[in-house]
Amino acid sequence: MSEARDEPVVDEASAVVASPSEPTRLTAVRLLASNPLTVTSAVVLLVVVLLALAAPWVAPYGINDVDVANALQLPSAAHWFGTDDLGRDVFSRVIVAARVSLQVAVVSVTFAFVLGVLVGVVSGYVGGLLDTVLMRLVDVMFAFPVLLLALAIVAILQPGMATTMLAIGIVYTPIFARVARASTLSVRHEPYVQVSRTMGTPAATILRTHVLPNISGPLIVQTSLSLAFAILSEAALSFLGLGIQPPAPSWGGMLFSAQGFLGQAWWMSVFPGAAIFVTVLAFNLLGDGLRDVLDPKQRTLIESRRAR
Amino acid sequence: MSAVLRVADLRVSIGRREIVQGLSFAVEPETTLGIVGESGSGKSMTVLAATGLLDAPGARVSGSSVLTTGSDGGRSLELVGARSSALRRVHGDKVGFVFQDPTTSLNPLLTLERQITESLEAHRSLTRRAAAGRALELLEAVGLPEPEQRLQAYPHQLSGGQRQRVMIAIALACDPVLLVADEPTTALDVTTQAQIIELVRTLQRERGTAVVWISHDLGVIGQVADDVLVLQQGAPVEHRGVVELMDEPRHPYTRELLAARPRLGMSGPPPVDAEGDVLLSVRDLDVRFTVASAAGRRTVHAVDGVSFDVRRGRTLGIVGESGSGKSTIANVLTGLVRPAGGSAELAGEDVLNRASNDLRRRIAMVFQDPFSSLDPRMRVGDSIAEPLRVHQLPSDRRPRGERVAELLELVDLPAAFAQRYPHELSGGQRQRVSIARALALEPELVVLDESTASLDVSIQARVLDLLRRLQAELSLTFVFIAHDLAIVQQMSHDVLVMQRGRTVEHAPAVEIFANPQQEYTRRLLAAIPPDRPRAALQDS
Repeated sequence: MSEARDEPVVDEASAVVASPSEPTRLTAVRLLASNPLTVTSAVVLLVVVLLALAAPWVAPYGINDVDVANALQLPSAAHWFGTDDLGRDVFSRVIVAARVSLQVAVVSVTFAFVLGVLVGVVSGYVGGLLDTVLMRLVDVMFAFPVLLLALAIVAILQPGMATTMLAIGIVYTPIFARVARASTLSVRHEPYVQVSRTMGTPAATILRTHVLPNISGPLIVQTSLSLAFAILSEAALSFLGLGIQPPAPSWGGMLFSAQGFLGQAWWMSVFPGAAIFVTVLAFNLLGDGLRDVLDPKQRTLIESRRAR
Repeated sequence: MSAVLRVADLRVSIGRREIVQGLSFAVEPETTLGIVGESGSGKSMTVLAATGLLDAPGARVSGSSVLTTGSDGGRSLELVGARSSALRRVHGDKVGFVFQDPTTSLNPLLTLERQITESLEAHRSLTRRAAAGRALELLEAVGLPEPEQRLQAYPHQLSGGQRQRVMIAIALACDPVLLVADEPTTALDVTTQAQIIELVRTLQRERGTAVVWISHDLGVIGQVADDVLVLQQGAPVEHRGVVELMDEPRHPYTRELLAARPRLGMSGPPPVDAEGDVLLSVRDLDVRFTVASAAGRRTVHAVDGVSFDVRRGRTLGIVGESGSGKSTIANVLTGLVRPAGGSAELAGEDVLNRASNDLRRRIAMVFQDPFSSLDPRMRVGDSIAEPLRVHQLPSDRRPRGERVAELLELVDLPAAFAQRYPHELSGGQRQRVSIARALALEPELVVLDESTASLDVSIQARVLDLLRRLQAELSLTFVFIAHDLAIVQQMSHDVLVMQRGRTVEHAPAVEIFANPQQEYTRRLLAAIPPDRPRAALQDS
């Protein structure tokens, strides 16, 4: 049956085949666009990113405009998300914190991606002793609880934005290393890699032209999911006072200061919490959508489901 | 006698495409219907739809397919559109299935006993012990050596041919009235294929089972079938008794399939000077692999003291069953495997140790699987240009595109294919691309490792033609590795027969085929499906 599906009915001798000659990528994008959940999450993320980028101009108030007279105001036309215990505008702080959170997430995941993929691909392709040593290192890093490792790093260095990025980046490196290594191991034994080796192609070239493009699917999915978890980790670190330092706004830090006013000012905790929730959910849903499209097996399923 | 399976006007369509276009056939007890056609001709679809197994989402099936169980008409059941509970009662009980790939059709986590007794316990409500007894009988019936021990074995402990025997045992567990065999021998060696064909025929005679046998190879169909249905792109082309069909094929497509089947006595390669200079000289090649298993490390002697010479412009055919070490030789020559001992020289230069890039240029390799030997994310043109890029050629500043177009033309593909991706090509076209890539560096020696084994016979014949033409035009030297002596005979000037890593026989092709010296060679020769269908021999 699969045989019938793989093989287009083509006469060998008749040279020109009437088949759509668009590359795989385009159909992947089209499939992605056909999933309403994925599209919604992508739109939500776009809005979040745009808001975060435009925050300094969009924010109606300064993030540290203390106005004690107007402290703990309910949400209103003047203050959409209300004000906090110092009379600062919660809406302004939430969108500026979005910028901080996304920046931390993107930089730390980029760090983890570059380092992790490098380690994973080299380890998977070279194999042998190097593989064993690198993977045991990764295992050790995995064995630490995420927050504990981050705490240790922050404790050694000064708490702050750069340290938070570094801590989260280091914590997520082993995940990328594992994913990259596993995918590399399966691609390495593909005949097209063997053919390339028989030509005398240098290993670096094989990694660049054959291995990396063919493991991009799982890596893209992992990146999207890791962004979601990086935002959560940043919020957790800031909540504990080890991440972004007050008075700079961050979702986790805002939640921490809202703690004391849970009974009196629900808006102080609900809005930063909702911001975390919406952003993380959107990243997760996008990741799931990407996984369905980039995994060829899932993909045939989607295609056939749609054909019905 | 009434037919076991009677199919009338069966149609399957997916989307707007009709994949099976109005087929009608009937299978009587104790006879075999052969369904033959190229990949994509709808043979598997036909049988899956007719037996209610088709679960491709979006497929619509119409027409009728009536299964009659029990003697004298008995009970009849319409399988098209039947409820899944009714189908479950029939599958495994009245209809048995054997699929192509024995490596994936068995559950790797269950013992053979569990897999055989599964359907017995489901359909016959036998006790565990009674089912185990029956499983032993079945394993004996399918000719598995030491059946008592094998009951508790796992699939990975068996060879491909043995697994296919187990599949047959599972299919026959409940004494079905109908056995559906979908390309059951395609993934096997010719010798194993001959054994499986023999086994199914014997069991069929003993039990009176009706068989539907699907294959792309008319040679195999000639060995098993009483009636043959030829399919082309989902439409019936010819449906007659096997003897008439093979003696006087009416449709040109049938004639094409007949001409394409591998058999002995076809024209060999063009004659070449037997006293030319020696291009490749291999002496006492010795390759060992260390296999780590639960029982500790163990050394497998893959190639054991093999020596041969290949003269310029000639083809050496290396033939043997799987596991005989023939692919290992190819991997040694191309530098993928390091030998434990021995030497290999290409025109006097050492191939094995520190082979220079310049030497790599002169040896090219074409692999077996046309689906995975091209990078799915690279355009065909880029794949062909890859060796040129690696070796920074052409040096005369000509655009590489020109050279790629030239190579595509050489393998009879249009230049526009350079812009396509591998998944848009058929298997035969992909193998042509692989050949073009191998020729990009103008090698002197091309190693062809089962290069046509996974192609349909009709496409295989065209690729073999191409290879012979290229050899004549470019005066190439081939090392041609195959498990099928019939193909080797069409390609080779000299033949090396291998078994378990050792040389069994090494002689010019003419001598080997006219007068095989060794028992093993004779066995390989006997395994090739003969020219005439078996049914014709029985009549006379």
